[in-house]
Amino acid sequence: MNRYPLWKYILIAVTLVLGFIFTLPNLYGESPAIQVSPLRTTAKADTGLMQQVEESLKAGKISYQGVFMDQASVKVRFADTDTQLKAKDIVQAKLGTGYVVALNLLPSSPKWLTSIGALPMYLGLDLRGGVHFLLQVDMKAALDKAVERYTGDIRTTLRDKKIYYAGISRTGQSVEVKFRDADSRAKAEKEISNAYGDLLLKEQDVEGEFKLIGTLKVEAQKRLQELALQQNITTLRNRVNELGVAEPIIQQQGIDRVVVQLPGVQDTAKAKDILGRTATLEVRLVDEEHSDPATLQAAIAGQVPFGSELYTERDGRPVLVKKNVVLTGEYINDASPGFDSQTSQAAVHVNLDGRGARIFKNITRENVGKRMAILLVEKGHAEVITAPVIREEIGGGRVQITGMQDAVEANDVALLLRAGALAAPMEIVEERTVGPSLGADNITKGFNSNIYGFVAIAIFMIMYYNLFGVISTFALAVNVLFLLSILSLLQATLTLPGMAGIALTVGMAIDANVLINERIREELRSGMSPQAAIYSGYERAFGTILDSNITTLIAGVALFWLGSGPVKGFAVVLCLGILTSMFSAVMVSRGIVNLVYGRQARLTKVSI
Amino acid sequence: MEFFRIKSDIPFMRYARVTTIISLVTFILAVGALATKGLNLGVDFTGGTVMEINYPQPADIPQIRDTLAKNGFPDAAVQNFGTSHDVMVRLPVKAGVTSAKLSEQIFEMLQKTENGAKLQRVEFVGPQVGKELYENGALALLVVVIGIMAYLAVRFEWRFSVAAIVANMHDVVIILGCFAFFQWEFSLTVLAGVLAILGYSVNESVVVFDRIRENFRNMRKAGVPEIIDNAITRTMSRTIITHSMTQLMVLAMLFFGGEALHYFALALTIGIIFGIYSSVLVASPIVLWLGVSREDFLKPEKVPVDNLP
Repeated sequence: MNRYPLWKYILIAVTLVLGFIFTLPNLYGESPAIQVSPLRTTAKADTGLMQQVEESLKAGKISYQGVFMDQASVKVRFADTDTQLKAKDIVQAKLGTGYVVALNLLPSSPKWLTSIGALPMYLGLDLRGGVHFLLQVDMKAALDKAVERYTGDIRTTLRDKKIYYAGISRTGQSVEVKFRDADSRAKAEKEISNAYGDLLLKEQDVEGEFKLIGTLKVEAQKRLQELALQQNITTLRNRVNELGVAEPIIQQQGIDRVVVQLPGVQDTAKAKDILGRTATLEVRLVDEEHSDPATLQAAIAGQVPFGSELYTERDGRPVLVKKNVVLTGEYINDASPGFDSQTSQAAVHVNLDGRGARIFKNITRENVGKRMAILLVEKGHAEVITAPVIREEIGGGRVQITGMQDAVEANDVALLLRAGALAAPMEIVEERTVGPSLGADNITKGFNSNIYGFVAIAIFMIMYYNLFGVISTFALAVNVLFLLSILSLLQATLTLPGMAGIALTVGMAIDANVLINERIREELRSGMSPQAAIYSGYERAFGTILDSNITTLIAGVALFWLGSGPVKGFAVVLCLGILTSMFSAVMVSRGIVNLVYGRQARLTKVSI
Repeated sequence: MEFFRIKSDIPFMRYARVTTIISLVTFILAVGALATKGLNLGVDFTGGTVMEINYPQPADIPQIRDTLAKNGFPDAAVQNFGTSHDVMVRLPVKAGVTSAKLSEQIFEMLQKTENGAKLQRVEFVGPQVGKELYENGALALLVVVIGIMAYLAVRFEWRFSVAAIVANMHDVVIILGCFAFFQWEFSLTVLAGVLAILGYSVNESVVVFDRIRENFRNMRKAGVPEIIDNAITRTMSRTIITHSMTQLMVLAMLFFGGEALHYFALALTIGIIFGIYSSVLVASPIVLWLGVSREDFLKPEKVPVDNLP
C-alpha cells in the first residue's frame, strides 16, 4: 500500500541532488574583483583586453585569483579588498580613459558550478546597498521638439522649391504655415506631404488667410515616443558607464519610465548630477540686426524682439540669439576635452556626423563675419557657452568650442556631449538609497529571523509528532532547498521582502505537513490499521492542500502582476514557495514515510 | 504528544450569534478607526522623502527638529527609528518642489549641527508614482478577492465563496483598522503582507469547508449545525498547530528581522490571529445562514424504477 515505484524514488533523489547543487553557489559568498569594460558601448571586451589587463597586473606585481571574460567586460578576482583597490589604480592607469575600471564582487563558487550555470542569487539594493532611480521621460517635450524640427525642415523645403509663404510657426504640437493664395498652398501641401509622410495636413481658411496645419500622425507620435525612450536609455547607459559602476541596471518601465539601479554607489550626488543632466547642445545664430546697445537694453527690460531670445554669456554680457535652432547635439559623433592650440584655453573638440557636418558647413558659409552662439541647455535653462565670430566656412565636421571656465568644466561638457543627448528631458520621480552597512544589516537580520523561526518550528514538530515530525522537518528543509535553488536558477533578485517571503512560506509550508499528520492521527484513532491510516492520511489531505494552496497562489499571482519592485520579489517567492511546498510535503515526505514504514507488512505502531 | 484530544464536538454554531456580534463590533471599530484617523500612509503611497540617519551618539531629536524648522522645513516629521542612534526624517511632497536634491540639502543641514551623521537610507517618491502604487494596490486587492471567490465558487459552492470572502475582508479590514488606530506606517511591504493574509486566511476557511463538504457525504443523519461543529472540532488541532507554526516564523521576523520588517510582521500577526477566528466563527455561521444543505454536494440519487406507479 505504502510503496513507491522505483522511478518515484529516483525522481526525488534527482530533484534533491539538483536542488543541492543549485543552492550551493549561495554558500560560497563573494570575493572582491575589478571589472574592466570599454567606455564605448559599441566596443567589446576581447582577449586582447584580457591580455593587457593581465600584463599590467603582472607588471605591478599584483597577485590575482582568476581572470574571466564575458561579452561586455573582463573581470579579475582578488584575495582581499586591498589588492583589489591597488589593482584598480594600476589597471586604470595602464589602460587610460578609454576603459572603465569598476570595483565589483564576484561569486567565489568553484568553476565547475559556474560552468553548469549554477550561480548565486543576485542581491537586491536593499541587501547590498546602492542607489535606485526611477526617471520619467517628458514625452510632451519630445513631441514639441520633433514638431519644432519639422517647422525648420518645412521652411527649408519651401524655400528650396521656391514656394512663397507668408509665415511659418509652431503652435502647441502643430506646424502652422500661412499662404497668400490657395494656389501656393496646394503646391506646398503636395511637397510637404511627399517629403514628410508623418505629418497629417489640414487646410484652414481664416479671414482671407490660407493656412496649412500639420500635426503628427498618431503612429508617428507613438514611434517618436518609443524612440525617445530608447535614446534616453542608451544615453543613460553611456552616462552610467562613465561613473564606473559594476553591473548597473537600466531598464524601461511602463511606456515612459526608466529604472536605473547602481549597486554599491555611495556618491549619490555625483550619480544624480550625471544622470539628471539633460544637457543638450544647440547651435544658433546671434541676432545681428538687434545687437545694438539700445535694443539690448530694451530686451533686458523685457522687450525681446520677435524671433529672438535673450541669454547671457559666460562673462555676463547679454546676447540676443535667434530662436531657430541650426544644429543640435544629436548630430554629434564624438566630443573630447582639450586645449585651444593658440590661446591654450580649455576647449571641447566636437566631431559632427555627416549630416551635421553638411548643415554646419552651409551655415558657416552663409554667415561669415557673423556670430554664432553655442548654447548648453540643461533642464530648460539655456546658457551661451561661447559666441564666436565665424571667420570662414568650416567643413569636415570638426568644431572646437571654447569658453569653458577650466579644464574640469571642459571635461564635463565633453562627457555630456559624448554620452549623447537625451531625446527628451527626464525627471527623477523616485529615488532610493541604501547604505552598505544597512544592506549588510538587513541580510543578517533577515537570515537570522529565518534560522530562528525554522529551528523553533523544527523543535516543536519533532516533539509533537515524533518520527513524523522529523520527516516533516526534513520535508520543510527540502522545501527551503528547492525554493533557494529555483530562485538561484532563475537568477532572481533577492530582496528583504523576498527574505520575508521565504520566512512566510516556511511557516505556511508546514501547514501541508500538519494537515497530513493530523489526518493520520485521526484515522488511527478511528481504528484504521497503521498502513491504511498513513495511506488515507496522505490521500485525503492532498485535496485540502491543493485547495488551500491555490487560493494563496491566486493572491501571489495578483501581487506579482500588480506589484512593483520589492513587492514583486515577495510575490515570486510566495508563488514558488507554494509550488515547492506541495512537492516537498506530498512527494518527498511520503517517499520517506514509505521507505521507513512501507516495507513492514505487519506494522503495529506508528511513531506519530 | 497531543494537545487536542477532543472527545465530543464543540457546539460552535450555538454561539454563532454571540461571535457574530463580537465580529461586528470589532469590524465597526476598525471601520471607525479607518474613517476617523485614516491610514498613516508611507512615503510609497503619498510621495515624499524619507531619510534614515545614523548618529554615533544618541540623537538629539528636538535639536534636529529645530534645525529643520529653522531652515524652512517646519513640516518635517522626525522620530527615532529602532535605536536611539537612528533617526528617521519624513517630509511630505511639496507643491513645486519635486527636486530629488532635497534630501542632500537636508542631510547637509543636519551634518552641520551634529558631526558623524551617516546617511543610511534615502527614499524619494514622486506624487504620481505614489498615486499609481495606491491604485495598483487597490486593484490587486480587488483581483485577489474576485479570483478567490471564483475559485471557491467552482470548487465548492457560491455560499462558501461568499462566506470565505466576507470572513476574509473582515480580517483585512481589522488589520487596516489596527494600522489606522495605532497610526502605524502603512508601506508597500505592509500591503504585500495584507494581500498575503488574504490568501492565507482563505486557506483556513478552505480547510474547514473541505471538512464540511466531506461530512455532508459521511454524516448522513446529522443536521447542518452538527456537521459544521464536527468539521471545526476535527480541524481544530490542525488549525492551532499550523497557525502557531506560522506565527513562530512571523514572531522571529518581528523580533529579529529589524525595523524594516517590523510592520510587515505585525500585519501578519494580526492577520493570523483574526484568520483563525474568522474562519471558524465568521465564515462558518455565514455558510449556515446562507442555507447550505446536503443537496448542494450530493448528486440526487437515482429513483428506482419500480417505485413508479
